[in-house]
Amino acid sequence: MSDPPILKIEGLEAKVTDEDLLILNGVDLEIGKGEVHAIMGPNGSGKSTLAKILAGHPGYTATSGTAEFLGKNLLELEVDERSRAGLFLAFQYPVDIPGVSIANFLRTAVQAHQPEGEELDIFDFSDILTERMELLEMDISFAERHVNDGCSGGEKKRNEILQMAMLMPKLAVMDETDSGLDIDALKIVSSGVNTLTEKDPDMSILLITHYQRLLDYIKPDRVHVMVDGRIVRSGGPEIALALEAEGYKDWRDANSIANSV
Amino acid sequence: MPQNETIQDLGLDEYKYDFVAKTEPVFRAQKGLSEEVVRQISAHKEEPEWMLEYRLKALEVYNSKPMPKWGGDLDSLEAVLDEIYFYVRPQDQMERSWNDVPDEIKNTFEKLGIPEAERKVLAGVGAQYESEMVYHSLREEWAAQGVIFDSIEDGLKNHPELFREHFGTIIPMHDNKFAAMNAAVWSGGSFVYIPKGVSLDTPLQAYFRVNQERMGQFERTLIIIEEGAQAHYIEGCTAPVYSTESFHSGVIEIVVKKNARFRYTTIQNWSNNMYNLVTQRSMVHEGATMEWLDGNLGSKLTMKYPSCYLIGEGAHGEIMSIAYSGDGQHQDTGGKVVHVAPHTTSSIISKSISKGHGRSTYRGLCKVHKGAHHARSNVECDALLINDTSRTDTYPYIEIEEDDAHVGHEASVSKIGEEQLFYLESRGIAKDEAMAMIVRGFIEPIAKQLPLEYAVELNRLIEMEMEGSVG
Repeated sequence: MSDPPILKIEGLEAKVTDEDLLILNGVDLEIGKGEVHAIMGPNGSGKSTLAKILAGHPGYTATSGTAEFLGKNLLELEVDERSRAGLFLAFQYPVDIPGVSIANFLRTAVQAHQPEGEELDIFDFSDILTERMELLEMDISFAERHVNDGCSGGEKKRNEILQMAMLMPKLAVMDETDSGLDIDALKIVSSGVNTLTEKDPDMSILLITHYQRLLDYIKPDRVHVMVDGRIVRSGGPEIALALEAEGYKDWRDANSIANSV
Repeated sequence: MPQNETIQDLGLDEYKYDFVAKTEPVFRAQKGLSEEVVRQISAHKEEPEWMLEYRLKALEVYNSKPMPKWGGDLDSLEAVLDEIYFYVRPQDQMERSWNDVPDEIKNTFEKLGIPEAERKVLAGVGAQYESEMVYHSLREEWAAQGVIFDSIEDGLKNHPELFREHFGTIIPMHDNKFAAMNAAVWSGGSFVYIPKGVSLDTPLQAYFRVNQERMGQFERTLIIIEEGAQAHYIEGCTAPVYSTESFHSGVIEIVVKKNARFRYTTIQNWSNNMYNLVTQRSMVHEGATMEWLDGNLGSKLTMKYPSCYLIGEGAHGEIMSIAYSGDGQHQDTGGKVVHVAPHTTSSIISKSISKGHGRSTYRGLCKVHKGAHHARSNVECDALLINDTSRTDTYPYIEIEEDDAHVGHEASVSKIGEEQLFYLESRGIAKDEAMAMIVRGFIEPIAKQLPLEYAVELNRLIEMEMEGSVG
């Protein structure tokens, strides 16, 4: 018997909280344990909105449909509860928290993930942090930097991967992790993600990207194409290659035809 | 009887009562401020004639000056002043019992993890015994170096010439209405003298001394740092100071002589009914450094602007302050740097946090007098607003009479952003904790200057203040 899906989304519709316009127009998606999925799509297709809706960003509101995460109704959980349930969002634009060290931030986050009433041992934490930073080939002194404040784009993305390594989620949603990275930084970040999925083969990944190039480094099991707020096609990695060659134009046209029928 | 009750608590301190009876047979604390009260205070303290005259003169000055029309709202203060006791004998203060302390204050001690004995001191209901041993050994060490660290009363009694030479010279009674009031009714505070070339590694903590005689509402502190000496003085703590009185007006005078270095750290968390109007000033001589590190929490209204008068060539002054205002509170704080001599440098870093209907005001002065050529000053004030109802204002006064001066001013106002909160929450951190983390980060540049135990207490306090700050 195969495992139930980690994430099951059906007919999900969503809008910007303060506006009426729908951005997601009925998304269906199922991700199994240990699977790597990629959602590709042109700018404005709604793929980043999907990431934010899953993580619970207050600026977006689901208006219809369901999202089940490990058997729980994801849409009813608070943002922090989603994280503790095993969901992780790697931000496209990680946020600066001036004056707070990465180590302190990580310790607070890892503590929050402990079972109710259990105190994280500071030495245990320190050991895990050292181990994960070594795993990701990061200099331990990086943990003394402030969270994203004064960090380069590449450093911010690496910080996201370090957070992921400390929390070891069941599902990591990576929102345009490749944006703004040069090829060297992209390789480092991708290899970090690959290291973590090797460490825990049950970890599922949802990559959200505009470009095929990320998929050269992180191999997806499934690729979905999102246009105008819905997934218009799903298939194997070959779809990504086709998109790279042809662009999104045909898909967009196909979708508008589908809509008008 | 509980062992930490003293004989004074039971009213059996015969010697003291007899002693008082000799000088003031009908002594009784009175409400309001009058010549009689001033005379009683002076007589009770067995002061020399000059001090009585000084106090009486100050009372005249106080009466002649109008209430300030700037800063916080002082409209209801006059009514408060009619109702307070301007002098309460220490033994009377001790008569309050632990049971009288409001639950709110007790709960705060509980949450802050303040030890039992310390709580009683803070609540003004007993003396702490645990620290006394430590204090005594330090005291011996200091005494061997010629350091004086005493109550202000003992300073006047035991070192009359040194005292008179400096007292009231840094902050004259005419300086402002509340400085005049303090000059008339001062009671309690510290007298500190660090001899030439002596460098103290251990901070002088008022906390040790205050245990012996409780801090008054009109504390007066005089600190003299001789040439080349170095020291750090710490006043207050982050636990709320419980007081049944609602007015505090202190005067802190500091002289930092040639090439000396001194830091004065205060963290105060007054109860929320308190008017806290304090004058703090330092005279900084040639090549000397003065640093104020000032944390203001609690109170109804605080008006406090630590200042550095840079009167010797190459003198340096620094003022770092944190203010926190919650509902119904107004922190009107900042700093003053006055450049009188050439090549003097200064910096003011002020950070305020306003929550709910709280209001924080930065009010600062940077003055460069004619002749203070090559003066450099930098002012940075940052305000953080937690809610839409919170308020902040900035009043930077800059007066420059010298062409060759560099004065910089930066101000920023930020709100805790939805994106910051979302980011932290998306890592499993609950909203209150996320708020507290952002606030801790905001004050980190100043908090890291504090001794560790103070920084820890401050962080805990901010966590508590942030509880329930979101919807």
